[in-house]
Amino acid sequence: MSDINTAQPPMPAASQRRHFVRSVLTNPTGLVASLALLIVIASAIFAPLLAPNDPSAVQIFKVNAVAGDGYLLGGDGSGRDIWSRLVHGGRNTFLGALITVVIAASIGVTAGLFAGFYGRKLDLVARWISDGIMALPALIVLLAFYQALGASIYLSMAVFGVMLSPGFFRLTRNLVNGVKHELYIDAARVSGLSDLRIITRHILLSVRAPVVIQTSIVAGIAIVVQSGLEFLGLGDPSTPTWGGMLQDAFSNIYVSPQAILWPGLAITATVASLVLLANAIRDRMQQGGVQVRAPKVLPLAASEPLPPTTSDMLLDVRDLVVAYPANDGWREVVKGVSLSLKRGEVLGLVGESGSGKSQTAFAILGLLSPGGRVLSGSIRFDGIDLGKPSGDEVRALRGKRIAYVPQEPMANLDPAFRIGFQLVEPMMTVLGISRAEATRRALKLLARVKLPDPERVFRAYPHEISGGMAQRVLIAGAVACSPDLLIADEPTTALDVTVQAEVLDLLRDLQKEFNMAVMLVTHNFGVVADSCDRVAVMKDGRIVEINTVADLFAAPSHDYTRMLLDSVLEAGRTRTYRPPMTEGMRA
Amino acid sequence: MIRYLLKRVASGIALLCLVSTITFMMVFGATGNVARNILGENATADQVTALNSRLGLDRPLMVQFGDWVSHAVRGDLGPSWTMSESVASALASRLPVTLSMVTIAVAMMALLSAMLGIAAAVRGGWADRAIQIVSVAGFAMPNFWLGLLLVLTFSVKLGLLPATGYVSFSASPSAWAASLVLPVTALVLSGIASASQQIRGAVIDALKQDYVRTLRARGVSPRSVLYRHALRNAMPAALTVLSVQFIALLGGAAVIERVFAIPGMGSLTVSAALIGDVPVLMGVVVTLIIVVVLVNILIDFLNAWANPKVRMS
Repeated sequence: MSDINTAQPPMPAASQRRHFVRSVLTNPTGLVASLALLIVIASAIFAPLLAPNDPSAVQIFKVNAVAGDGYLLGGDGSGRDIWSRLVHGGRNTFLGALITVVIAASIGVTAGLFAGFYGRKLDLVARWISDGIMALPALIVLLAFYQALGASIYLSMAVFGVMLSPGFFRLTRNLVNGVKHELYIDAARVSGLSDLRIITRHILLSVRAPVVIQTSIVAGIAIVVQSGLEFLGLGDPSTPTWGGMLQDAFSNIYVSPQAILWPGLAITATVASLVLLANAIRDRMQQGGVQVRAPKVLPLAASEPLPPTTSDMLLDVRDLVVAYPANDGWREVVKGVSLSLKRGEVLGLVGESGSGKSQTAFAILGLLSPGGRVLSGSIRFDGIDLGKPSGDEVRALRGKRIAYVPQEPMANLDPAFRIGFQLVEPMMTVLGISRAEATRRALKLLARVKLPDPERVFRAYPHEISGGMAQRVLIAGAVACSPDLLIADEPTTALDVTVQAEVLDLLRDLQKEFNMAVMLVTHNFGVVADSCDRVAVMKDGRIVEINTVADLFAAPSHDYTRMLLDSVLEAGRTRTYRPPMTEGMRA
Repeated sequence: MIRYLLKRVASGIALLCLVSTITFMMVFGATGNVARNILGENATADQVTALNSRLGLDRPLMVQFGDWVSHAVRGDLGPSWTMSESVASALASRLPVTLSMVTIAVAMMALLSAMLGIAAAVRGGWADRAIQIVSVAGFAMPNFWLGLLLVLTFSVKLGLLPATGYVSFSASPSAWAASLVLPVTALVLSGIASASQQIRGAVIDALKQDYVRTLRARGVSPRSVLYRHALRNAMPAALTVLSVQFIALLGGAAVIERVFAIPGMGSLTVSAALIGDVPVLMGVVVTLIIVVVLVNILIDFLNAWANPKVRMS
């Protein structure tokens, strides 16, 4: 389903950047968070104007005083003005956070850029150091270093910055690894730009937004840790700090309990704003520019009484429309497909990637990707309506009467479980048989799909067998409960050319043996000619032509079919040897 | 598998050596004021010199380091400078307290964040929103402030639970449990924030895999798909979060122990840091690194169990 997730180009240009900032601010969370942050920072900067009293001035009769009488929030344990200390406390907090962030980001991003870009030894060493630093309990190290660093909290915060640099390092390194093989980086390299220039101009640009998010998070962590250190009594006792205020309030908790609220609220509000701002930026990035509204679910068209189907009709799909949520409502990937299969018939479903053939198959199985929906149309299997939104009907049939063979064999076996278990579990569920009986049948099936040494395969984990063997295992799993309908989604595309023919032969044999109807999704007319009775050609979510294989090859009626056929034939003429299945990607 | 674990052990030992060396140079390299700190403002210069020579601080730094290492490898971390016991015995009595508290907190956190994370991954809706709120709150509220609020509410106002103090398990299991309720709660919330989000992401990723569609197509029950297959595949990510959280909680315990007057590693570190009891600080750092390395190896074992590919390589 590569057609659903389109790759995003890196965001260029200053106008885009302004647009980005504006759209973060129009998000309500982003706006509130930015405003709150602005207020807290401004009140720290203008603390001398906002504070009515000297934060260190002691008035003995105001020890633990309640609010009022010149002390807006009351007095602390030494008779100092809590409000004045609160606004002044922001200054040292923000300075400390700034130091931490600058050091963490400059070390982490630089190391990440170079380690990611050059890889190998440098990357190995940098990762070991980064893992090592991450294994240290930061607060304990800061405490241990306290005597060495001296009373200034800022030195501790600088060391803390070093300890938080792995976060930036890992982030940047992974991002660089992701983009360094992009075409525009290769282009820059070919055009003769120096590595340093590529790193600073092109790569740094594409890691900017995640680094901003990380900065916001790290600033929050720094504020929490700094207040923790000050709460423990580290730092200069003569400077008003939020952590120090909490320490003072804690020792007077029985006398003046409300005093622990204010500094804590200040810390929480500040850090929460930073996190929410980071979330707003992240949300904005993930949406890739447009606000996604959850589209309204359209009611399925009222089920008109369907014309009766003939008794040998197994699958009857009419006017099927499948859609996924998109920026503005629904994006249709299947636009009114009708097709039918008789018992024992093999239907080829052919088309280019993105033509909707896999989505049609998944809709019949009731296994559309998250978000996907059948908007209208009907799917009937042996007289049973499968189109109901609950999906109960099709769930009861899956594995038992409708089976599925996927495209990528290695990705379709659960890597954490032995192959035997993955065959035994569905049989026990679907057929209600004992484990021993299921094991016996599974071994027989593995032998039937011509796997050498079924016992060994049964005990193996998926990563221990080859792709061709895995596809045989998946076919064995599909036919385990003798289904009436087998849906094969490009079953040979991912396999080596030599294995493709064997797997197709196996499918054909099994089709005859079980008299299964098969829906063979493919983009390859060679496969169609070999295996199918009829063929349907899909383009842009519609079936443009459906006919018996012989008639369609002899006289294609639609231009698109002719074009597809021609391209296969031409390829055959101009090259001495061409594997039959490499001319396109999957749908 | 064996080679993989040996590599992790070797890497852990290398980390231990490196960090011990750096820490030693930092803490023993800055002992100029320690003697005066210990003796107080009124000590004479002669007293300070005498103490410095008794503590061995008048020797070159490298000599002190060699001396420390030769004793440390035999388990002797030297005498504390301010307490009447050896560093090793101080650690031995403090470590179980902190470890039990942190272990309980990590276990609770794992349970709660797994429940929340899975619910959010599968249902979205309210669980998703709950995670968002909890994660912002858990991140933004310093755990010691949360601890203070808990003390204020449950001890000072309601008088339900002990405000401070610690009762050992052997003395009274119920009093022990009661003394841990509030500190563990304060520790857990911040951890749930990030852990539940990571678990949510890992479960969503696992459910997106192709093999999940195939399992469904074979008729495997939705419950088994989620709890057996998706969860097992989400395990490595979840375990990584837990190991990170364990380290974070070891540090966070320092402040929490102070709030609840729990005699663990954290309060030992804080008092040693404020007065400059350097051998204790060295001992704490070395001990905690060993704990972290061991926990990480345990996590590797669990990971190998969940992920057969790791077992093979």
